[in-house]
Parts: sequence; structure tokens; C-alpha cells
Amino acid sequence: MQNLYTVSKDYRKEIADDKYYYARSCIRQNFFPGSEVTFLNILKKDLDRDVFDDPKHTTCTGIAYHSDVIPFDTIQTVVARHFALMSENGYENFIASCVTSFGMYIEITETWKHFPEQLELIREHLKKATGREFMIPKNIAHTSDIVYKYRMRIAEQMKYPLVNAKTGQPLKVVDHIGCHYAKMFPDKGEGGAEFTQVLQGMIKAWGGATVDYPERRHCCGFGFRQYLVQANRGYSVSNSKKKFESMQPYEPDLIVANCPGCAMFMDRWQYTLNEMQGTRYGASDTMIPVLTYEEMAGLVLGYDPWDMGLQMHQVDVTPLLDKMGVKYDPDGKYRTRTGRPIGSYTPQQSR
Amino acid sequence: MQLHELIKQDIRYKEALNACMNCGMCTAVCPAAEFSDYDPRILLNIVQSQDDDALEKLLKSDYIWLCGQCMSCKTRCPRGNVPGLMINVLRRYSQELGYFTESRRGRQQYALHKVLNGNVLGQGYCIVPEAVKPELHPEQGPVWEWVYRNKEELYDRVGANLHKPGAGVLRQIDSGSLAELQAIYDQTGATEMGKKIEDFSVKKAEQLGYDTDDEDGMEKYFMDVYQGKI
Repeated sequence: MQNLYTVSKDYRKEIADDKYYYARSCIRQNFFPGSEVTFLNILKKDLDRDVFDDPKHTTCTGIAYHSDVIPFDTIQTVVARHFALMSENGYENFIASCVTSFGMYIEITETWKHFPEQLELIREHLKKATGREFMIPKNIAHTSDIVYKYRMRIAEQMKYPLVNAKTGQPLKVVDHIGCHYAKMFPDKGEGGAEFTQVLQGMIKAWGGATVDYPERRHCCGFGFRQYLVQANRGYSVSNSKKKFESMQPYEPDLIVANCPGCAMFMDRWQYTLNEMQGTRYGASDTMIPVLTYEEMAGLVLGYDPWDMGLQMHQVDVTPLLDKMGVKYDPDGKYRTRTGRPIGSYTPQQSR
Repeated sequence: MQLHELIKQDIRYKEALNACMNCGMCTAVCPAAEFSDYDPRILLNIVQSQDDDALEKLLKSDYIWLCGQCMSCKTRCPRGNVPGLMINVLRRYSQELGYFTESRRGRQQYALHKVLNGNVLGQGYCIVPEAVKPELHPEQGPVWEWVYRNKEELYDRVGANLHKPGAGVLRQIDSGSLAELQAIYDQTGATEMGKKIEDFSVKKAEQLGYDTDDEDGMEKYFMDVYQGKI
């Protein structure tokens, strides 16, 4: 079965080497702000890459589009503005931090290939609305593609491998890709939708073992309107529950997510399900720590967990840090960089 | 114009449907089909029947609002059809024609429009920390509540640039960029769409007995659709 997990030539995507225009994610900035900081630090300091962080870049409006409160022409024109900003700043390679955004950038550029008249209409819309003109990027990638591309260089600088420091055994890691990375356009995701490599490649390069469980490819349950509207959240938690129950027998040490929304849901729904029905899905009745891939890369490289914002997770990550043998300051978790306590109390994390 | 002819004008219709053979692969993989009465196979079958009465009934129902937009159906369809994309087309016309207020889930579009378009045009983001209020998001847990109460110090601790000028995480989007977003909304029909959602919602709220002359009346309507009470 090993051959199923090599990358078919049909699903090997081209990923640019350098000179990236960076498009931030609404959800990642809100819930995992340290992940985007860590990503830029890794690219600039550890990998010596040129990446442009543009203050004029805005939301792509993807959440509004998939919640059906804006027309297709609107999101196409907002995306066209992002491409214009990229060109104006001298860049050709576009990288997106958000999986929903990445899916939209691909869907829109594919639409323009199939309907050239639509491309002309959007050029006209952008010109009229902003006076800007745009070029279609030479290369579009998700930010995890870049980390994947340089996974072996990160491995060369690795401080803490994905290994149990006491037993020497590889950590069992569940990867969650996020639907819009490759389900819509499988040839735009490394490994395609079925045997997606982008996180698996990192896990293996850094000493971990991947868990191939039945519902590996199932949606986390975000569903846009199905989470954003309070009355609909049963849909969202039901999907994550299905995944947790499916991975439970494999006793994973860690869940790593490609998509910022998925990372948030896999973290928060474990807390919610425990509150609702008292269940935990990790080994020995514990919860499973959840990381973004930037956080996983940062830990491997020896970044400080509290600098990366791991104290913002609901599921406590310290059992994972202890397992990996990561050195950290337990007293610094809820403090500013100068050592002052943040807030009047420390929050209750879940374990 | 006939309803089916109208929805065919959306370019996404052409990408979403090419003679569905009713194999049901989409339904087998669909999360919404697993957790609700939704069935993407039936949805496409109604659309390709070109039966305007059935289409109107569909656009007035909860059915089209059950999809979660994961697009797993796209991966699986042997003919490359995309029920999830057809959903976007149907939801568009349900709102353009005012049919969305006829169903409980359709009425939720008022809350989604107010929150999301308010965030986009006001701050340049779909989501901002202030909008994730712990009292409306108990599932976010005690850590988020702590983050929410101490966001200035905490976001600063992890290297963000919360609501400040310049680059970085959650930076303040400059007024020029916000003006461009507004101009794009005006140019591409989003402003008009938002107005339609609001006008039809006010009309429905009046029918349901809300005092729409009072600001609190539409605020109550917002909360009631958000919490599924109407």
C-alpha cells in the first residue's frame, strides 16, 4: 500500500521558491495570531525567503461569499484588487494563509480560464471601482505548501523532533487538511484530495508517524452559515464528533490542521463535547492537543510556545510539550513578555 | 422570465450541472445529508427537471440552506457536477426574489448579512475578535473568554498589531482600502444585494408582528433569526 502515499505526477503541484506576496487569513489572525507571526519568522529568519506583508491587503470576503451575502462578481473583484496590489509591489507569487481564500483564488482564476469574458468584466469592475489594473499571479500556493516545500531544510535545523522524548517512539499525528485545499481542484493540492501530502510530508520529515483513520478526509463541520448562526451549530459539532470518534481508537498524540477554521473547531469542539457529554477522545481519557502547521514547525525549530500563542488554545498543549521534551517556562504562559500577569485571572484550559 | 431560465443565467450554473445521472455519490459523501434531511442528488434532479413550480418551492424552503459548502460533492461526482456550487446559484435567486424570508433558515441571511458585511466594510475583515462575544459563543470556552477580555495585552504578547496602523496581524485597515472595498461593493452589486436582504427582511418582520419603526424591533428580529426562534 506504500505506493498510495507517494505523490502521483497528476497531483504534484508547482510551488514557487521565493518572493511571495502574503495574503493573511481572517480566522487565523483572530484565533491563532501567533501562527502567522511564526510563519513569517520561519520564512524570513530560518529560510531566508523574501515575503511581502502588505498593510493594504484586506479580507478576500470568502466567508461572506460562502455565506451567500455577496455576489460572485464582488469576491472576484476583491481578489482582483489583491492581485493588483501584488503586481504593484513587484511580486508574481501569491501565497494565502487561509484555505477558504486559497480555494477562492483557485476557483476564480479557473473561472477566468473557462469564461474569458468574465475576466474582462472583472477587469472593468476593478478599474471603475479603484482605478487599479491587475496581473494573474504566476504561482498561487497555500502557505502550508511553502512549509512543505522547505520541510527538509527545517528538518536540518530541528531542535525537537515529533518523537516521544522518553520512549523514542514517533508521535502519532492526525492530519486534517481542510476541504477547500484540494477537494474542489485536486490538482492544485499536493497529493490531491485523496492522498494529500502537504501535512503528511512535514510530519514524516520531522520524525512523526501519521494516523490513517477512516474519517480522515471528512469535513470539520464549519459550514460557514452552519457555525456562524447560533441556531445551526449542531451541524458543526456533529461533524467534528464523527471525526473524533473515528480517530479515537488510534490514540493520537496530536492533531495538526492545515486550515485555520478547522484548527479552531478541532480545539473548541473537544471542550464542547466534554461539557455536553463528558467525553474525551485521546488516550487514557485525555483531550488531544491541536496545532496549526506553523505552530508544529515552530515547536520543531525550538520557538517559544507562548511567543507563538499556544496559551490561546482551549485544549492544553503542555502534555504534548512534555512528551516532546520541549523546554518552556510554565510561569510565562499567562504573562506579558516583561512578566506582568495578563488579566486578573488565569483561564481554565482543558486536558 | 421563467424561473429556470433566470437561474441558468448565472455562469456558475454551467460549471455546476451537466446532466446528473442520479448515481447518488454526492449524497453518500455529503455531511449535510448525514446530519439533516438534505440530499444533493434530489436537489440537482429538481433543477434539471426545469419545473418552475418545484424550483420556486425549493427557493422558498429550508432545503437550500442546509448545505455546508464543504464541496466534497465536487471531488466525488463522476461527471464533474457540483451541487454545492448550484446551491450558491439557488441561494442568490432566493434572495433576489425575496423567497428566502419564507423559510426559517432562509431568514437567517439577515443576521449573516448584518454581521459579515458590517465587518468587511467597517473593518476590512470577515471576522474580528470583538464580534466573537463569549455570551453568544459559549462553545469557544473559557480560554477564548480570557482572550476576549484581555485582547490588547494578549495579541501584543504574541506579536500581533491589533487595530494599529501598519502591517501585521489584525492591523487597522486604512481608510483608503476600506473606501475601495465600499466602491467594489457598489460596483459589483453587493450593496444592492444587501439592501434587498434588508428590505425583504423588514417586510417579513412586519408580517410577523415586529415593530420595524423601532431600532429595537429589528434588533430583536436579528436575535430571533440568529437563535432560530422564528
